[in-house]
Amino acid sequence: MRSSTFVRLCLLPLFVFTSAFLALPLARLILSSGSGEAGWGIYQQILTTPRYTTALVQTVLLSLAVTAAALAISTTAGLFLARNRFRGRGFILSVLTLPLAFPGVVIGFLIILLGGRQGLFAQLTDGKVVFAYSMLGLFLGYIYFSIPRVLLTVMAATEKLDPNLEEAARSLGASSAQVVRDVILPGLAPSLVAAGAIAFATAMGAFGTAFTLATNIDVLPMVIYTEFTLSANIAMASALSIILGFVTWLLLVFARGFSGSSAAAGG
Amino acid sequence: MTLTLTSVSKTYPDGTVALKPTDFHVAPGEIVSLLGPSGCGKTTLLRIVAGLETPNPGSQVKFGDDDVTELPVERRKVGMVFQSYALFPNMSVRGNIAYGLKMQKLPAAEIDQRVAEVVRLCKLEPYVDRRITALSGGQRQRVALARAFAPRPRILLLDEPLSALDAALRDTLRDELAGLLRKFGITALFVTHDQDEAMAIADKVAVMSHGTVVQVGPPEELYRNPRTRFVAGFVGHAVHLEGQVAGTTLRTQGGMLTLPRDGENCEVFVRAEDVAITPNGALKARVESSVFLGTHYRLGLSGITAGILYSNHAGLAAPARGTDVRISIDPSKLLLIDQSGATP
Repeated sequence: MRSSTFVRLCLLPLFVFTSAFLALPLARLILSSGSGEAGWGIYQQILTTPRYTTALVQTVLLSLAVTAAALAISTTAGLFLARNRFRGRGFILSVLTLPLAFPGVVIGFLIILLGGRQGLFAQLTDGKVVFAYSMLGLFLGYIYFSIPRVLLTVMAATEKLDPNLEEAARSLGASSAQVVRDVILPGLAPSLVAAGAIAFATAMGAFGTAFTLATNIDVLPMVIYTEFTLSANIAMASALSIILGFVTWLLLVFARGFSGSSAAAGG
Repeated sequence: MTLTLTSVSKTYPDGTVALKPTDFHVAPGEIVSLLGPSGCGKTTLLRIVAGLETPNPGSQVKFGDDDVTELPVERRKVGMVFQSYALFPNMSVRGNIAYGLKMQKLPAAEIDQRVAEVVRLCKLEPYVDRRITALSGGQRQRVALARAFAPRPRILLLDEPLSALDAALRDTLRDELAGLLRKFGITALFVTHDQDEAMAIADKVAVMSHGTVVQVGPPEELYRNPRTRFVAGFVGHAVHLEGQVAGTTLRTQGGMLTLPRDGENCEVFVRAEDVAITPNGALKARVESSVFLGTHYRLGLSGITAGILYSNHAGLAAPARGTDVRISIDPSKLLLIDQSGATP
């Protein structure tokens, strides 16, 4: 057997897996989205029904806000934790990465314990402050599980930054803020984009937390679930799934394009 | 700008003494090299001068009459060239060179003019708009030097500027660097572990060992009159000749050797280039190894001192391994190092 034939044969399992478990269901999904009463007009229906467009816009905005907040919190914390060694550092790190071990439902429950009708804030303020079932509750829950993902990426990238670069900038008269702007952020940019993309995609598709908290608000995964289980509207659930996937993919492609150019700039 | 260090020392929080109290002076425009093996404190000393490391209390660093001990690095106005060059990868060559000038908030026209001037000096004209990643090692070194020099620093500090280059390139770039530093006419301090580099570039070499400056002087003086056995060994690889000194003679295993002067309390050292193979030499030795190096043979000799004594033999042929040869050493080439009360 020629070695090139052998190499091609090695691709066979990947091909089988991709076809059976990715391509086929995806094709089914696309087909079933057009199988409803409206046919392919279902996509136009989505774009003209306020319930769906609002859910889509809300989900995207929420995910973008979560991504921005998680990046801001984790970058500062990650830089500090990567640069400093002190007692209790390991403890802080394990607390910050703990949410990785929790399913979304548990995180939703934690938010209810904090901001629900019987939550801590409600008890302290005689039931006046209840935020668990609002956008704020979702936002907090999503941030909670986005932080560890971004934090670990930022810390790994920080350790790879050449400390001499910062010293060089300082010796040329740069202040701390200028060092952050001119050296640290450009150096971390590719990792920040990658971590941000993960945080965004996770927030777009998060279901467990949404299921626990989103009783009054519509986020897209919840709408899909309702269409599927309550209305048995398979076509609409499929079409919404495709829209959710497409929007997420579009933004990730945009982010990757940006990260590609900054990675080239970063050497 | 003169650089004066007064009892500068550094102890790390874990108790490691990196630098014992050191006094040091560099005259304006002088190029001084800190030479020593790794871990001798030379980089610590350089970083203290730069302001990247805080010395122990009581230390004083002065640039001219200006006491900069308490100033952070960004306000010391020093130029720094790092071993890795540490060029900003997100900026072009021009962006790198202009960075320090931008930090000084100079008007754009002046920045352009200063950049052009330094670019010309460092012969970087064809590369100004290139990315850093598109440069060779030698070009990067020139950009690093240009970036450090553009803001007109008071002192230029270089940390092993040549060790990131491959050996073939290093010799040419060494001479280029020496030429550029002379052209700048700036007070410069540079750290190296390579004695050839130190001697080729510096006006004055400070040899360091175990956190202290052992000897400071022009390269010729260090080479010809080392004051400690460490300097003799590190600069020019002199070998200790063991034996009993009696008046002006040294009795070695291989025979008697005449000394240039009374060698009481002295240890005697010799370098490979001063050990000659002659038919009627005073010393007897056996050839243990022979390596042809182009310009000469490097012979390893046993029977004179406890270890191997090397001889650079410039003949057309070398004596075979295992043969007995006779050795002579010109008394004036012997290095006598006084051991009475001296540091090891």
